[in-house]
Amino acid sequence: MERYIYEKAIDVQSVSKQYGKIQALEDVSFSVAEGSMFGLIGPDGAGKSTLYRILTTIVAPDGGRATVAGLDIVKDYRKIRAEIGYMPDRFSLYPDLTVNENLHFFASLFGVSVKDNYDLIAPFFDQLVKFPNRRAGALSGGMKQKLALGCALIHRPKILLLDEPTTGVDAVSRSEFWDMLAVLKDKGMTILVSTSYMDEAKRCDRIALINGGRILDMDTPERLVAGMGDNLYNASARDMYPLLLALRDMHEVQDCYTFGATLHVVAGADFNPEEISVRLNRMGFDDVEIYPAKGDIEDLFIKLAGNG
Amino acid sequence: MNLRILKVLLAKEVRLMRRNPFIPRLIVALPFMAMLILPLVANFDVRNVGVTVVDNDCTELSRRIAANMDAAGFLSVKECVFTYDEALQTVENGESDAILVIPPGYSADLLKGRNPQLSLDANGVDAIKGMLGSRYAAISATQTVSRWLSEQGLPLAVPHVNILNYYNPTLDFRNYMIPALMVVLIIIICGFLPTLNLVSEKETGTIEAMNVTPVGKFTFVLSKLIPYWVVGILVVTLGMLIGWLVYGLVPAGNVGCIYLAAVLFSLVMSGLGVTIANKSSTILQSIFVMFAFIMIFQLMGGLFTPIPSMPHWAQYMTYAVPPRFFIEIMRAVYLKGAGISDLWPQYLALSGFALFLCLVAALTYKKRA
Repeated sequence: MERYIYEKAIDVQSVSKQYGKIQALEDVSFSVAEGSMFGLIGPDGAGKSTLYRILTTIVAPDGGRATVAGLDIVKDYRKIRAEIGYMPDRFSLYPDLTVNENLHFFASLFGVSVKDNYDLIAPFFDQLVKFPNRRAGALSGGMKQKLALGCALIHRPKILLLDEPTTGVDAVSRSEFWDMLAVLKDKGMTILVSTSYMDEAKRCDRIALINGGRILDMDTPERLVAGMGDNLYNASARDMYPLLLALRDMHEVQDCYTFGATLHVVAGADFNPEEISVRLNRMGFDDVEIYPAKGDIEDLFIKLAGNG
Repeated sequence: MNLRILKVLLAKEVRLMRRNPFIPRLIVALPFMAMLILPLVANFDVRNVGVTVVDNDCTELSRRIAANMDAAGFLSVKECVFTYDEALQTVENGESDAILVIPPGYSADLLKGRNPQLSLDANGVDAIKGMLGSRYAAISATQTVSRWLSEQGLPLAVPHVNILNYYNPTLDFRNYMIPALMVVLIIIICGFLPTLNLVSEKETGTIEAMNVTPVGKFTFVLSKLIPYWVVGILVVTLGMLIGWLVYGLVPAGNVGCIYLAAVLFSLVMSGLGVTIANKSSTILQSIFVMFAFIMIFQLMGGLFTPIPSMPHWAQYMTYAVPPRFFIEIMRAVYLKGAGISDLWPQYLALSGFALFLCLVAALTYKKRA
């Protein structure tokens, strides 16, 4: 039994949390297998940070149960704190301490030495080693993230909880950061990561789409995208906005929204791209193009959030 | 509580305090400012009282009264005139603060054994200056008249009063202020600074990272307070040294009594500060609340206005103002040489406040919402 519980590094069962009148989390259940990377995907205000605060035992849930590393978040909250590494959604190191001082400070809080655990952070920390005496507040955004990750990992936690680690970080650093997470996962670390960037979702083993405090859907990114069907089309013309309005007016179109440089059209029953093109041509859109599109997580999210 | 973690946290606090561009300077500058400048500025001694003499007698005695008055330490005769209206004009112009009227035939009446009256009118806009200034002028005139009478071989018409001020023989206002100013230093160092420090951890978000480590809440708050307790004691020591070296004022009583009260009062102030920090989410909020308390502490604690001269209802209110007791202890130990056996009600009150406020601080500090 003990072994079975532990295979779920994180197990959340119908957790709810209310702040005044706002329902921040409503009946949320999911579990994260040991050694896997689980993504919480959702916009700002979806309830991701509340979920993190519950799992890190800062906030107690109103209802439901949850275990982290097999430990109950309410009963064993003290023990949990030694098992997890947590990176809050905003920079939370001491800006007036240097890189080295921050790292040694967090290590000594847990009673470990930096030297013993350096191998865990070495793959991404080598850049920071070059300026050990720079104050944390003077680092660039990407460097700050690396230092924060280093401080969260220095006591060799079993589970890493990252709340929007890539928000406000440039695209190159974001991609590097996900590479670092992949390395950590290969070393057997369980990672729960949240993001509001949909394109990052496919780097997770499993994802949960979360909005308005509820989980909309949950699976591997591939299966979620595959389950969307093939009713998605790209549409483009010179005058994009009138095209958007015209398509939304058509009864064969379920939904239409801008997606990068084109429009994504969710086709309903009896949607015929050729026939629609002809009709749009007659309405004055003489350069309209409609062709099948491959949907991704963002399309799925819009579909699910719209249904809710 | 974990001593190893406390040590780690304290090392960090000391490092951050030393690296702060403002705090170390404040700790040194504040006692010097408070002890070197405030005793000279914040004092109610009345000097340079201007007097206009209306001399309708024009005798040797009336001239002597005016001359002696001009020679007295705190008085200066601005003008000698002959009508009251001219004299009033000088008061209205702000040139002088009081008018002494010597009636016609004053010295002749005295020689005949009658009891003529001098009259003294003072400008009451500045109540303290008016009150004390007219008192000084009256004393000076009385002294001159009685000396003159004895020179004439006449019996003294005015009984001579000898005044002796206990505990502060020269009635020097500084001796009254210096012990109390050290109270102000502790209010600021042990009340303000830990509050700002705790709230700034909230503002930078570092408290969030700290909350998921095995650091206990009690240990965390203690790591914030201990450095300021040490600083508070250092500042009191510095204050006493300045009082001794610059003003020659040493406590008449035991220095240990002062340190005991200072430690108790530091606990009171830090308990209040942590409570305020727990309830504020920004530094600005905490500053405003703390400021409101400090205002009341300074005005109601008996620092400037003696508590016995407040209205009765206000006197009862001062029992809820903790610095009142510390100021009483400081003045009693410094000037009267009192000890714990004389001051046990004050020590008991301070201990009560310390216990209560530290308890409130512990209860309002929530690590888990």
